[in-house]
Amino acid sequence: MAITFNKKNPVDLIFSTITALASLTVIFLIIGIIYVLVSESSLAIRKFGVIKFLTSTDWNPVKESFGALTNIYGTVVTTFLSLAFAIPVALGIAIFVTEIAPKFLKGPIGIAIELLAAIPSIIYGMWGLFTLSPIMSTYVEPFLKRITAGMPFVNILFQGTPMGIDILTASVILSIMIIPFTASISRDSFNLTPSVVKESAYAIGATQWEVVKNVVIPYSKLGVFGGIVLSLGRALGETMAVAFVLGNNHRITTSLLDAAATITVTLANEFAEADNDVYLSSLFYLALVLFVMSFITLAIAKFFLLKAERKYSR
Amino acid sequence: MTREQQRKIEGGIALTFSTLAALLGLFWLVFILGDVLVHGIKALNPSLFLNDPSPPGTEGGGLRNAFIGQMLITLCATLIGVPVGVLGGTFLAEYARGTKIARVISVLADIMVSVPSIVIGTFIYAALVIPIGHFNGWAGAVALSVIMIPVVLRTTEDMLSLVSWTVREAAFALGAPYYKVITQVVYRGAATGILTGILLSIARVAGETAPLLFTSFNNSFFSWDMNRPMASLTVTIFQYAMGPYDDWHKQAWAAAFVITIFILMLTILGRLIIKWRYS
Repeated sequence: MAITFNKKNPVDLIFSTITALASLTVIFLIIGIIYVLVSESSLAIRKFGVIKFLTSTDWNPVKESFGALTNIYGTVVTTFLSLAFAIPVALGIAIFVTEIAPKFLKGPIGIAIELLAAIPSIIYGMWGLFTLSPIMSTYVEPFLKRITAGMPFVNILFQGTPMGIDILTASVILSIMIIPFTASISRDSFNLTPSVVKESAYAIGATQWEVVKNVVIPYSKLGVFGGIVLSLGRALGETMAVAFVLGNNHRITTSLLDAAATITVTLANEFAEADNDVYLSSLFYLALVLFVMSFITLAIAKFFLLKAERKYSR
Repeated sequence: MTREQQRKIEGGIALTFSTLAALLGLFWLVFILGDVLVHGIKALNPSLFLNDPSPPGTEGGGLRNAFIGQMLITLCATLIGVPVGVLGGTFLAEYARGTKIARVISVLADIMVSVPSIVIGTFIYAALVIPIGHFNGWAGAVALSVIMIPVVLRTTEDMLSLVSWTVREAAFALGAPYYKVITQVVYRGAATGILTGILLSIARVAGETAPLLFTSFNNSFFSWDMNRPMASLTVTIFQYAMGPYDDWHKQAWAAAFVITIFILMLTILGRLIIKWRYS
């Protein structure tokens, strides 16, 4: 498919230039974001350095001393907890939709997943605050406390008063939010398994589960893994779903029943109120850290998804 | 127990679990939607759309300013984001088809789709709020359009690539220059797909809150002026839900109801169009 347009036609030249500029906005935007974030945070970079900012747990607007570790800790813990909750459910949904569900159920459940993905994150957050959080603090968290009370080490995770505004609640909401992403990418990857391969497994007497476990999952693992990393990238940057129920507590806590702060929650709560240059600059610095973290994660996800695509298209 | 029975039981357990997982997914959808519907319908009344907010703590008042603000911001974001996205996608799928630069931009756009929206908010704050000196509606619209551009661009690229190359060759054979082939033949073939992409991208940005928090901010007064801080439904929901008054909570539910219904309708409409066109 060679491009064979007549470069001498002036209208073509103009139109191709306009479209080229439009597509280059993507690159301009990325460069612009990096440039703006770096230059706005330069004050904080000079004052706190890189290693010190990333490893300091201090977050004190009054003393103008800022470190990102509590925020990074909150982001990483909520992200990984939510993935741990979401991945088994999402894979289960994908297996159900592709292998088990009778035909008349496939469509409706597919649509349900799409709708779950379309609900804006602020609705999740608000629902979490008004509905899930009371349920967590009156039923789920006291229950978890009771059954883990006698267990050494595990009980550290559930210390403190169950308030419902904590890491656990935030992670549950986040997991509900990312289930649809992971499920739909996994479903698409599962669907790419050639039916000939599956049929030959059935022909030698494999059960349905054995086909899923030994044929479908190994065949599509690249795509599924890419989908999981993509969900990880999404979860890292999610703001509104967690802003309502995480509190905004700049401490590193070992208990899942404590309030915490993620990078996004700190930005949402403090950005518009930052009253001095160092404070604002540190918040930009946080945004830069988040941008770099999620960009790298998403690039890795894209790498795996592209690799998967190449494998399946052969 | 024989080996066969063991395998059957193992399979049965695994498949039961995956069915339960699907039910759990459905359960969350029903739970969240049901909750928004129940609380939202209870709080819905005409004054919500007709009145501006009353002073904090007093009963009554509505969210007219937020509805208008949300519409204006989303509309302006669409007017900026859609042309740039469609033209950019055209370049990738047509003039630069198969080249390295097209592949790179396409991958970068895919990454941009998932970049945290709050980071885009901070970027626009530095680019459009600090220089102007105060929060303004345009900054909110631009922030949303930044989220929209990569989405529209990627859909357009995919939809144009679906139009078969022989169609273009037929037009070339008639002596049409490439721009005419694109605007009069390829766009026509891909119109439904691109339109669906635009609908879904509007649905995507209409629910965004984080990028508006420090760009268009909020405004408790009614205003058409995009140069001033502007209320939006999503930011209002955030403020009202976190606030201390019961009346605020009720209005937040009502606003959540309206915006959820709007977005789900757009999404379902988009899916229906795809189904009708491509099956």
